[in-house]
Amino acid sequence: MTTSVGSRPKSGGPRSLRSSAATRARWRTAFLLSPPLLWFLVIYFSSLAVMLLTSLWSVNGFTNLIDRHLTTQNFHQIASGAYPSIIGRTVLIAALVTITDAVVAFPFAYAMARVATQRVQRILLVAVLLPLWASYLAKVFAWTSILINGGALNWTFAKLGLPAPNLGFTNGAMWIVFCYIWLPYMIVPIYGSLERLPSSLLDASADLGASWWSTFRRVILPLVMPGLVAGSIFTFSLTLGDYVTPLLIGGSNSTLVGNAIYENLLTGGNLPLAAALSTIPIAVMVVYLIVAKRLGAFEAL
Amino acid sequence: MIRARLARAGLWLWVLGVLFFLFAPIVTIILFGFDRSVIETWPIRHWTLSWYSVAWHDPQVRSAFLLSLKAAIAATILALVLGSLAAFGVHRARFFGRDSISLLLILPLALPGIITGVALNSAFRWAGIQLSIWTVIVGHTTFCIVVIYNNVIARLRRTSNTLLEASADLGATGLQTFRFVTLPTIATALVSGALLAFALSFDEVIVTTFTAGAQNTLPIWIFGAIRLGQQLPEVNVVVTLVVVVMFIPILIAARLTGSDNFAPRVAANRPK
Repeated sequence: MTTSVGSRPKSGGPRSLRSSAATRARWRTAFLLSPPLLWFLVIYFSSLAVMLLTSLWSVNGFTNLIDRHLTTQNFHQIASGAYPSIIGRTVLIAALVTITDAVVAFPFAYAMARVATQRVQRILLVAVLLPLWASYLAKVFAWTSILINGGALNWTFAKLGLPAPNLGFTNGAMWIVFCYIWLPYMIVPIYGSLERLPSSLLDASADLGASWWSTFRRVILPLVMPGLVAGSIFTFSLTLGDYVTPLLIGGSNSTLVGNAIYENLLTGGNLPLAAALSTIPIAVMVVYLIVAKRLGAFEAL
Repeated sequence: MIRARLARAGLWLWVLGVLFFLFAPIVTIILFGFDRSVIETWPIRHWTLSWYSVAWHDPQVRSAFLLSLKAAIAATILALVLGSLAAFGVHRARFFGRDSISLLLILPLALPGIITGVALNSAFRWAGIQLSIWTVIVGHTTFCIVVIYNNVIARLRRTSNTLLEASADLGATGLQTFRFVTLPTIATALVSGALLAFALSFDEVIVTTFTAGAQNTLPIWIFGAIRLGQQLPEVNVVVTLVVVVMFIPILIAARLTGSDNFAPRVAANRPK
C-alpha cells in the first residue's frame, strides 16, 4: 500500500517528461523525413503509377495522339511478334553477363581481401573503383575502337598469327562490353563479404582435413553468397534496362528490351507501348529481388 | 607447398589480367584523342594535339558541357538537402518501417535507369510539363539522393552519441550542437557525397535521354555523335575530358572518406 502510493508521483514525473520528449522527437523525425519522402512520393512513385496507367492506354493510329481509354492491347502486342524473343534474349544476356562477371570477379576479390597486404589491398580497391566511375560512354566507345576491324584486338591477334576475331557489332561484342562495364559492381560486394569472412573458419576447415575445393564449396561459397547475390542484382538489373551498349556495339540482332522501349518512345512515338514494355524489367527485377531476399542478399546490401 | 605457390602465382596472374582488362580500354580511348587520323585504326601512327583545340572551340560541345555542369550542380544541391534530411531522420528515429526507407531511396538505382526515365517521361507528358533542363534536374536528383544519404548515414552511425550528449551537458542549444559538433563531424561525408552525386549526374545518359528537351547535355551529345558516326576524333577528346572531370572528384572523395565507402550504385557501401 505505502509503496504504491509512494511510487506513483515518482514515476509520473519522468514518464510525462519522457513522453513529451518522445513527442518532440517524433515531430522532429517527421519534419526531417517529410521533404525527401514527399519528393519520392510526388515525383518517383506517382511517375511510376502514371507509367503503369499509360501502359493501359493506346495511340490513335490516325491522329497519333494518346487515347486514354483503358485497354490491354499493348500487352497483347508484347506477347506476340518479335517481342517474346527480344525479352528472352535480354534475360539470357543479363544472366550470361552476371555469371561471367561472378567468375571473373571472384578470384580477384579473393586475392584482394585475403592474400594482398594492406597497401596492395588499398591500391587494388582504387583500381576497381576508378573504372567503375569512368564515364560510361567513354568505356563503350573505347571498346568500339578496340573491337572494330582495324582495332587493337584484330591487330593483336594478327601479331600472334591467329585469325582475326572480327568481333565488332556482334552479340559477342555486346557480351564483352556488358561484362566489362559491370565488373566492378560485382567485385566490390564480393570483396566486402570475403573480407568479413573469419580466418578461423578457413583454418578449422583445413585442420579437419578438407581439401581446398571442399573448403571453397562448403565454407567460403555459402558465406560469400549474400555478396555474390548483391553484386548480381546490379549486373542483372543494369543489363536489363540498357540500350546504349546494344546500339553502339551490338549487331543487327542485338535488340534488347531497352532498345524496344527507346525506339517506341523516341522514334516510334508510342509511349503507351514503351510504358508497357517497361513493366517487364520491373517484373523480372521483382522476382529476382524476392529470390535474392530468400538467399539472404540484403544482409550484404 | 609447390602447389600452394603455383596457386598463388595463378591468382596474381588472374589479378594482373583483370587489371589489364579494366584499364586497357580507358588508356586506349585517351591515346586515340591524340591520333591525327580521322579513321581510327590501331596502332596509332601520327600524333597530334589539334583535336583538343577543335573540341575546345566547338560551340555545341561548349553549350552541352555548360548544360551538364548546370544540371549536375543543381541536382547535387537538391540531393544534398534531401539526402541529408533523410539520413538525419532515419538515424535519430526508432520507428516501424525505418529500414524500408533505405530500400525506398535505393530503388531508382536498383531498378534499371530506363524505368525512371520512362516513368518521368510519362508523368511529365501526362501533366503537360515541357521537357527542359529542369526536368533533367528532377530526374538526376531522384537517383542522387541515395548517394548523399548513404554517405551521411554511414558517418552518423560511426559518430558516437557521447559527443552530442557532452555538448548538451555543457549547455549548448540544439542549434549550437548542430553547428559546432554535428556539422564538423559530417562535413567530409557531405563533401564526398556531393562529389559522387556530381560525377553520377555529369555522366548520366539513360534517364537524361527521356527527360531532356531539345538541349543536349554532354553525354547526350557524345551518344548522338557516336551513333551518327560523326566527329569521332572529337568524341575521343570530349570523352577523355569527361573521364578527367569525373576522376578528380572521385579521388578527392576517396581521400575524404577512406576508399572503402564510395561505391555508388553498389549498395554494399553501408558499413557494418
